[in-house]
Amino acid sequence: MTCLEIKNITKKFGDTKVLRGISFEMEKGEVIAIIGSSGSGKTTLLRCINFLEKCDTGSITVNGTEIYNAEKRDQYSDNYIRKSRLNFGMVFQSFNLFPQYDVLKNITLAPELMQIKRKMPDTEKKNIRRQIKEEAYELLKTVGLSEKAGAYPCELSGGQQQRVAIARALAMKPQILCFDEPTSALDPELTGEVLKAIKSLRDAGRTMIVVTHEMEFAKNVADRVIYMSDGIIEEIGTPQQIFSDAQSEKTRAFLQKSNYEF
Amino acid sequence: MFQTVIMSLNEGFLKTLEIFFLTLLGALPLGLIISFGSMSRFRPVKWFVKTIVWVVRGTPLMLQLLIIFYGPGKIFGTQFNIWGTGDIGRNVAVCVAFIINYACYFSEIYRGGIESIPRGQYEAGQVLGMTKSQVFFKVILMQVVKRIIPPMSNEIITLVKDTSLARIILVYEIIWAGQSFIKSSGAIWPLFFTGIYYLLFNGLLTVVFGYIEKKLDYYRG
Ligand SMILES: Nc1ncnc2c1ncn2[C@@H]1O[C@H](COP(=O)(O)OP(=O)(O)OP(=O)(O)O)[C@@H](O)[C@H]1O
Ligand SMILES: [Mg+2]
Repeated sequence: MTCLEIKNITKKFGDTKVLRGISFEMEKGEVIAIIGSSGSGKTTLLRCINFLEKCDTGSITVNGTEIYNAEKRDQYSDNYIRKSRLNFGMVFQSFNLFPQYDVLKNITLAPELMQIKRKMPDTEKKNIRRQIKEEAYELLKTVGLSEKAGAYPCELSGGQQQRVAIARALAMKPQILCFDEPTSALDPELTGEVLKAIKSLRDAGRTMIVVTHEMEFAKNVADRVIYMSDGIIEEIGTPQQIFSDAQSEKTRAFLQKSNYEF
Repeated sequence: MFQTVIMSLNEGFLKTLEIFFLTLLGALPLGLIISFGSMSRFRPVKWFVKTIVWVVRGTPLMLQLLIIFYGPGKIFGTQFNIWGTGDIGRNVAVCVAFIINYACYFSEIYRGGIESIPRGQYEAGQVLGMTKSQVFFKVILMQVVKRIIPPMSNEIITLVKDTSLARIILVYEIIWAGQSFIKSSGAIWPLFFTGIYYLLFNGLLTVVFGYIEKKLDYYRG
């Protein structure tokens, strides 16, 4: 079943065309890795998908429903965009945890704000809070941080912070989880634990888009790999096709430059 | 004599405190609104607000007090003397002048604080489906408060001392109370003694701000 359909997304900043027509589809449960050199528009693509930027042309369709079409971009209300966003989760390169809240509250804050309405009776509020908390503990377990629920972000290593950020994104139950270079801000010895967490999400059947510079990871974890160059998809295929049998000269040059050993 | 002096100083200090607290009450929220104005994406609003802040911060508070108190009556005619002639009018005029003046200073501190919060914090809130106001009140505000406590405590301690300017429009605050004894009995010590009041009160404020800072010290960033 097609879960996400991106059609002809373009994005300009001033006069620079950063995205020049991106189209792809992905299946439910599929993991797509996006690779490409710096400035090729990978981050911008993820930001357009998450509506942190509004693309200039193109459309985004989730589970058969078109949730965004650039032709109608001025008609969408803030509230509509906010709701549409919930189809996607986003994990940032720099974690962006909320420093003033402990780990548990980082995870429960958004679900509580979403689900608890002021007019509810107190018992109902309490029940919802309890359930959200239970789910948060469950998520912390999946990222291997159960014992850190009460810690503050500043007390955690980068790898731990990123795993909390993953749990936080999952708490909103997104259809599709996007990662923007989740390990680039980490010391090399900490990337493993984060990649392992992402791998276990794949095994649990999560649909994910992962922008990464970790070629080994893209090769081993992704179902398909997109190579982006200058704002277009230069090549898309299975890891086998991209890493061992790239059709495009540019792709091969990029892989060589990133010291990928065939 | 000592008791008479203390009584009058207490009376003056009460007025000082009144100006102080009323100014805070008005200027703390008004400053936030002004800071939003000065960060507005709507250019005319932004420039209008920035011009006001420039004028208010660029001229002496003493001058502003005089203009606000005497201005309406002297410029537009006595029927526009909105403050009347009694004490209440003077007090209100003082508060209006102080609130506007301090709100402008506070607004710049707020703006600095708000703009120092990384964009990623807003975006993290947004992608989790929070509304703009939820992002501001649940994610940003507390971080801003932590960052602005030191400059705010500076400004607030300055406010305590600035209240003495109110005497320029004949509001009986503590320095006036102290100075009046020079004329009546030739004693200078009551005037010097007012310093003790300021020191004690500012000492108290310093302790309070230290406490708040410590309270917020449980996290970094
Ligand atoms: N808000 C913006 N305003 C102007 N230009 C921008 C903006 N965001 C991105 N760009 C430009 O768009 C281009 C693509 O940026 P983007 O961040 O999407 O690249 P990337 O593929 O993620 O690179 P990296 O691997 O370094 O993260 C860059 O040239 C960048 O300077
Ligand atoms: Mg990037």
